[in-house]
Amino acid sequence: MSTAPSVETGATAAPAVENRSRLFQFSPARIVLYAILAIFCIYYLLPLYVMVVNSLKPLSEITAGGMMALPQQWTLAPWGSAWSTAQVGVEATGLRPYFINSILMVVPAVAISTLLGALNGYVLTKWAFRGSTILFGLLLFGCFIPFQMVLIPMARMLGLMGLAGSVPGLVFVHLVYGIGFSTLYFRNYYAAFPTELVRAAQIDGAGFFTIFWRILLPSSGPIAVVCIIWQFTNIWNDFLFGASFSDFDSQPMTVALNNLVQSSTGVKEYNVHFAGAIMAALPTLLVYIVAGRFFVRGLMAGSVKG
Amino acid sequence: MGFLDIKQATKTYGSVKVLHETNIAVEEGEFLVLVGPSGCGKSTLLNMIAGLEAITSGEIAIRGRSMNGVKPADRNIAMVFQSYALYPNMTVKGNIAFGMEMHGIAKPEREKRIGQVADLLQISHLLDRKPGQLSGGQRQRVAMGRALVREPDVFLFDEPLSNLDAKLRVDMRTEIKKLHQKLGTTIVYVTHDQIEALTLSTRIAVMFGGYVQQLGTPKEIYDNPANMFVAGFMGSPSMNLFPAKVVSANGAAAAEISLANGSAATIPFAGDRMSASVGRDIVLGIRPEAITDRDGADRNSKAIHIVEAPVEVTEPAGSDTFVVSQIGGKDVTGRFRADVAVKAGDVFPFAFNMEKAVAFDPESEQRIA
Amino acid sequence: MAFTETATRPGPVDRLRDALPKLVLSPTVAIVAIFVYGFIVFTFYLSFTNSRILPQFGWVGWQNYENLFRIRAWDTAVTNLIIFGSLYIIICCALGLLLAILLDQRIRAEGFIRTIYLYPMALSFIVTGVAWKWFLDPGIGLEAVVRGWGWESFTFGWIKDREMAIYTIVIAAVWQTSGFVMAMFLAGLRGIDSEMMKAAQIDGASTFALYRRIVIPQLRPAFMSAFVVLAHMAIKSYDLVIALTGGGPGTATELPATFMYSYTFTRNQMGIGAASAVIMLMTIAAIIVPYLWSELREKR
Ligand SMILES: Nc1ncnc2c1ncn2[C@@H]1O[C@H](COP(=O)(O)OP(=O)(O)OP(=O)(O)O)[C@@H](O)[C@H]1O
Ligand SMILES: [Mg+2]
Repeated sequence: MSTAPSVETGATAAPAVENRSRLFQFSPARIVLYAILAIFCIYYLLPLYVMVVNSLKPLSEITAGGMMALPQQWTLAPWGSAWSTAQVGVEATGLRPYFINSILMVVPAVAISTLLGALNGYVLTKWAFRGSTILFGLLLFGCFIPFQMVLIPMARMLGLMGLAGSVPGLVFVHLVYGIGFSTLYFRNYYAAFPTELVRAAQIDGAGFFTIFWRILLPSSGPIAVVCIIWQFTNIWNDFLFGASFSDFDSQPMTVALNNLVQSSTGVKEYNVHFAGAIMAALPTLLVYIVAGRFFVRGLMAGSVKG
Repeated sequence: MGFLDIKQATKTYGSVKVLHETNIAVEEGEFLVLVGPSGCGKSTLLNMIAGLEAITSGEIAIRGRSMNGVKPADRNIAMVFQSYALYPNMTVKGNIAFGMEMHGIAKPEREKRIGQVADLLQISHLLDRKPGQLSGGQRQRVAMGRALVREPDVFLFDEPLSNLDAKLRVDMRTEIKKLHQKLGTTIVYVTHDQIEALTLSTRIAVMFGGYVQQLGTPKEIYDNPANMFVAGFMGSPSMNLFPAKVVSANGAAAAEISLANGSAATIPFAGDRMSASVGRDIVLGIRPEAITDRDGADRNSKAIHIVEAPVEVTEPAGSDTFVVSQIGGKDVTGRFRADVAVKAGDVFPFAFNMEKAVAFDPESEQRIA
Repeated sequence: MAFTETATRPGPVDRLRDALPKLVLSPTVAIVAIFVYGFIVFTFYLSFTNSRILPQFGWVGWQNYENLFRIRAWDTAVTNLIIFGSLYIIICCALGLLLAILLDQRIRAEGFIRTIYLYPMALSFIVTGVAWKWFLDPGIGLEAVVRGWGWESFTFGWIKDREMAIYTIVIAAVWQTSGFVMAMFLAGLRGIDSEMMKAAQIDGASTFALYRRIVIPQLRPAFMSAFVVLAHMAIKSYDLVIALTGGGPGTATELPATFMYSYTFTRNQMGIGAASAVIMLMTIAAIIVPYLWSELREKR
């Protein structure tokens, strides 16, 4: 909901031209400034560094106290193990089947909730009716409830619907609790979309759906990207619903990773755990690196990470 | 019954009545301008004609057919919006074709009409561009083209020129007028610019506060404003309105006014239309061009009267000089020839053309005569 | 003569056309009505019943709530939430503000640095938990590493320490979220009229005074949003605890969210679990509702 200007657009506008010269002027104060910023860079990157280097070294190097060191002997074995042979729960399947589960869960949930959100946003802004603001408020509140509140009835409901412990069940759950945010994004975006265009199309004879497909949707690219990224990140990273509503063979990646790491049998293969963690992080990290601008916009507009 | 009939139409939002019972009958080929200050309900009325806003009570009919409950697309109207409302994702051609496409007009026919309209508006070379690649004036033309191809019964314009710069606005104004003369279609045109209203229209409806204050030809509106609001709103600089008292002088009715130096003056009214009002306090309305220097006065007028009044400010404006004096505590502006030697502080003869004077009731603000 | 809208009766097709927008919205409305509000009512109701492993409908009044407040683990969870929540919010805001101000000094490579500060937000709490779990593990992590460097007496075993474990959750959570708070503040800073900053400089304000007197007071809305976001996340925190400490050692890092889960699904005390969920909802509602209310009103 935040109407704050986007960091991205702000950034380009911020450095005032007249201060250009200052940019290249290195006083002691600025050296300190850059040093502090660099230290924080290290702070934020450290866990990632730890994950990456330790996923590429044999277990013995880690247990010998060499967590911070680069691998003496580089190896991809932990990755292979995490992907296809590590013991996750009872079976030694690696994380692969769960990675696939996550993909099967994320794709339809994101697609449907985005499309529904777009339609809802369209109705709430361009066909607003008495009470539509209140309706939207109720919808939005639904995004912020602690999901503990719905776990018990949802478990029963999925059972009744025959979706318990299945990937479609998870799709359904994420769809249900994702619509609110999708609607929020599209509503706020379409609110700024000129109503005159809709009126012009009405006069031209376009109906409800024609206006949506031909006039609004072609201009919705940016917000659709924001919404898709947001939904993708949230659903991919979800743990609570995955842990509550999935069986062994329908677990998403996060749940499987947690099982892998927490399993109390055998030796703790830290390097495999790190490799698995990176695998679980990779899709969202990739999205962040490729489309960070949209990711930030979604965060700011959503203001609350579900 | 007219071509476009607005009968007792009202509009209410919640509990607020933004348009009161309105009756306007527009003849075929007329150019009706709705003019008034911001928020007076012009757009609301236009949107009701278009069918974009439901009508709360009353009726709107086109060609004798009631339009209540008829979809905008089925009213055979076309509309040009203030922001032009061009579909950003379609080319100019796509924009113009969209309405015909929605109405199921076959492709060859569409092409033909697009060609004609593009020629008429000189936008043939722009057809393959997107709206984002057009200048303001070009977008304006495309928006008109999109309306024209529909060959509608009624054209609706909602402040189509207000997003253009001053020069272009004047050019496009002329072009719209030419277009109307050439095509002879019925137009309802909303603006808050009274010059546009006067230059374009065959008739004007001046609106304020949800009421039509006066409906008439530009000349009627300009010369015989129905009330003080219309008098003050139409014309630039606007009509001088100042207090006066009707007295009897030499057997005829005259206006007694008080000047800034404390003295009083009486100016006889033209004709005997004010005779019945002797003794009343009134607000006298005279346009700046009816208050001149002696030699600049209208030679055809039979009621020029000279008042020696102190000059407060002079405002040279190139072709004319506006000269301000205080009458009854109000600034009164006269329009003098540019080369008259007059300066602030002078007591100077002002020539009042009383044929052009109108009188209002100070209470009701309606015109008396 | 009175004309009204019914002058021409709309046919069934027209009526369908008029209802279309509401029709399109109706699946969402139904979903929200059932799966959000219906479920809230259901859980609310369950919190007054004797439900154990399965929902049951024997009415027990306030008993679950009374029991809840007698359970030591709940007491721990609430205390932990207060410690965790306040430290998390304060540190995130302080760090976020500091970084935002530093980054607002016309920094070269600002975009690059911002990207680094913010990337943890793209990760799952489970991933964050795993990374920090082993990094803080005294056996192989920081402690072992520093000792390996020669500082033999160095100890850092918070994660295994009942007293200190909750602070490791703060560390990991701050690491994940502070970049986002930085972005919120940075957006706020960029929204401040630059002419006002220039005027203050001309008035002779030092950089410090400029920020303290002019800039930071204007970041109030950003503080508000940050507070709401962080408080909301703190109350819902579940994944991070599970991955980092599993609620342990013992119940030392139990939070209401993990308490609810374990009482409902592993200890088969559904009535008490529901009661704890209701309390979580109430707490969040007390923060979110006024916020949403003001946001929606402004938007009109
Ligand atoms: N949807 C609405 N709900 C409530 N009031 C409205 C709505 N639309 C318009 N109004 C009110 O109706 C009045 C007339 O509005 P309208 O848009 O017709 O003004 P206008 O004469 O076109 O003004 P402008 O020159 O600014 O375009 C205004 O006071 C406006 O506030
Ligand atoms: Mg208007």
